[in-house]
Amino acid sequence: MTPAPLHSLPGQVRGRVKATSPRHHILSVLVENKAGVLARVAGLFSRRGFNIYSLAVAPTDEDEHFSRITIVVDVESAPLEQVIMQLDKLVNVVSIGELSPSEAVERELVLVTVAVGPTERSQVIQLVGVFGGEVVSVGADRITVMLAGRPEKIDDFEGLLEHYTVEELQRTGRVALPKLDRH
Amino acid sequence: MTGAQALIKSLEMQGVDVMFGLPGGAILPVYDPIIDSSIRHILVRHEQGAGHMAEGYAMATGRPGVAMVTSGPGATNIVTPLANAYMDSTPLIVVSGQVATGSIGTDAFQECDITGVTMGITKHNWLIKDADDIPRVVAAAFHVATTGRPGPVLIDLPKDISNAQMEWYWPSSVDELDLPGYHPVTFGDPVLIGRAVELIARSHRPVFYVGGGVLKARASEALRVLADRTGIPVVTTLMARGAFPDSHPQALGMPGMHGHYTAVAALQKSDLLISLGARFDDRVTGKISAFAPDAKVIHVDIDPAELGKVRIPDVGIAGDVRQVIEEMLLAMDAQADRPVVQDLAPWWRQINEWRERFPLYYEDVEGGPIKPQNVVEQLRDASSEDTIVVAGVGQHQMWASQYWKFEHPYTWVNSGGAGTMGFAVPAAIGAKVGRPDRTVWAIDGDGCFQMTAQELVTASSEQIPVKIAILNNAYLGMVRQWQEMFYEERYSEVYLSPDLPDYVKWAEAMGCVGIKAETPEDVGPAIEKANSIDDRPVVVDFRTDAREKVYPMVAAGSSNDDIVVHPDQLAAR
Repeated sequence: MTPAPLHSLPGQVRGRVKATSPRHHILSVLVENKAGVLARVAGLFSRRGFNIYSLAVAPTDEDEHFSRITIVVDVESAPLEQVIMQLDKLVNVVSIGELSPSEAVERELVLVTVAVGPTERSQVIQLVGVFGGEVVSVGADRITVMLAGRPEKIDDFEGLLEHYTVEELQRTGRVALPKLDRH
Repeated sequence: MTGAQALIKSLEMQGVDVMFGLPGGAILPVYDPIIDSSIRHILVRHEQGAGHMAEGYAMATGRPGVAMVTSGPGATNIVTPLANAYMDSTPLIVVSGQVATGSIGTDAFQECDITGVTMGITKHNWLIKDADDIPRVVAAAFHVATTGRPGPVLIDLPKDISNAQMEWYWPSSVDELDLPGYHPVTFGDPVLIGRAVELIARSHRPVFYVGGGVLKARASEALRVLADRTGIPVVTTLMARGAFPDSHPQALGMPGMHGHYTAVAALQKSDLLISLGARFDDRVTGKISAFAPDAKVIHVDIDPAELGKVRIPDVGIAGDVRQVIEEMLLAMDAQADRPVVQDLAPWWRQINEWRERFPLYYEDVEGGPIKPQNVVEQLRDASSEDTIVVAGVGQHQMWASQYWKFEHPYTWVNSGGAGTMGFAVPAAIGAKVGRPDRTVWAIDGDGCFQMTAQELVTASSEQIPVKIAILNNAYLGMVRQWQEMFYEERYSEVYLSPDLPDYVKWAEAMGCVGIKAETPEDVGPAIEKANSIDDRPVVVDFRTDAREKVYPMVAAGSSNDDIVVHPDQLAAR
């Protein structure tokens, strides 16, 4: 089984899982922030034939003892239960939170460089404004814009940018935390 | 003290009495304090030997085996034993030297990223970057290797760290081991145990499907009580031979690809599998979708990830199998007013019919060549019950498992999940080191023997009197069998030769006694002579019939319903 590509290479963004797809689940994995931990997690997925759609990792506390890895898992490649049980066996994995899309707040960030002529420039800037993104770099014939938000929103934004010449596109992969109880 | 001294002292603190290894540049500092240590170090001839010896030691004693190697090729040579121990859940601690921290990542001499290489075949591994961490990491390594589902661990120790000074301490509790993510389960859920007892009480064709976990959990006694209490038949997988006495009337033998017919059939026709420390390996289940189709499943395993990995259980209990069995017995006691099982007499009638029709069978022709099965039978009959039997991988291994009568736990040492050829000689040496009071017979194949025979030099020089029976059929026999059965007898690269090498001379060159048995008449006297020698290793070259195949057989990927018996038994079917 070939793991789905991580969304890090330009030109490989199509065909990715849509945020509303029932095929994916989000695992929020708290790990010890030690050398090689990411390799242990990624290696487990590859050797057990579990597919990763996206993965984001960063320290969670000031002392940087722990990191949180947010993994979007293809639950058709293996039962979620099995993925969690195998992950839990990694000694450096402290805890695993399972978030179904309906119970989670998910956010993602995208950077896009678009080739723009004089007329397109203002159209793209306008589009970015409508979506609440920002222009982060301006060149003579290109601009780079940024948008953060729900993954579906990023999908829509990306879809609308298809009318222009996208030179490079980089999504972070989603991060997620549980929705809070209102009661 | 130095990091190297701290490492050896840490091993002593863990109660290590023996370690197997071979020194080299990056591990040199650690070899110096060994001179002053109480730990016996056994110098191997190849690092793979060190790993398998440590495994044999662990499987025979229940204590973790320890091996030490240098960096680079020293470390990669022990990758196979780590993979083997991982598959068979054997507690193994490997210490590898590493180039100095400043050189890591520069492709230095004898550098290898061994923690990276072994990530997928160890329960955990550590690269130590601070000498102060040494006692804590060693204690953590032993804790991880021996608790929960046991397994191999590796400690990679850079040379500058073993030379560095540190202040000695010893962790006083598990809390000091810095393992925030490691919490192995031990106690099975009483509600689920109650449900399991309910299922057992309702079943008409139950079977105890016993795996290696019963041995790991030291649960043989508890299993015996549970079996006696319920009258349910017991099958013991390749990894569990000895966990239940073969002489017990409820013992059906080994299930699987080359299992006893009755064991295979009983699983297949069962209405309740009570799996105890087994993992539904493909060599047991055959085609998984066709395995025991009418059976409900109770699955007890200390590793929660095993529950539902291959087959979804009706009741899955994560817990130590001995504790769970004991809880089951208590739950049965609590319901003393009703029977623990249904009337199993019809089930036993069916089982006994299979036993009668399809016992293990081979044809022994008068004046013909030596039959390998007959060698195992004669060895068995000439040995005491507590003899430790070790096997490599292939036909000889299956015959050993089939024809030996295992009466006690920890009398069978073999490579199960990984199927590592060459396992037997070093594993036998390790077993004998761990249990010097026992006779240790390795039943080996000629192909396997050639892979690791050099360790008999280690055995001779260290005065470890193991006995090796080579079932020499001049072939890579199991591959030959598959080529005969599934590749139209097109034999490709399986012929080895019966007398190249000359096994007797080779044995003698390695300081062993070499004996050759060429005809059936030679077998008895050869065994007798081998058993009379106790001051050095013995190698017996049994020239066996190359045409002999292992039966019964379930072809890979086939349903267990399609088990093939010996052609002579077909008429009876």
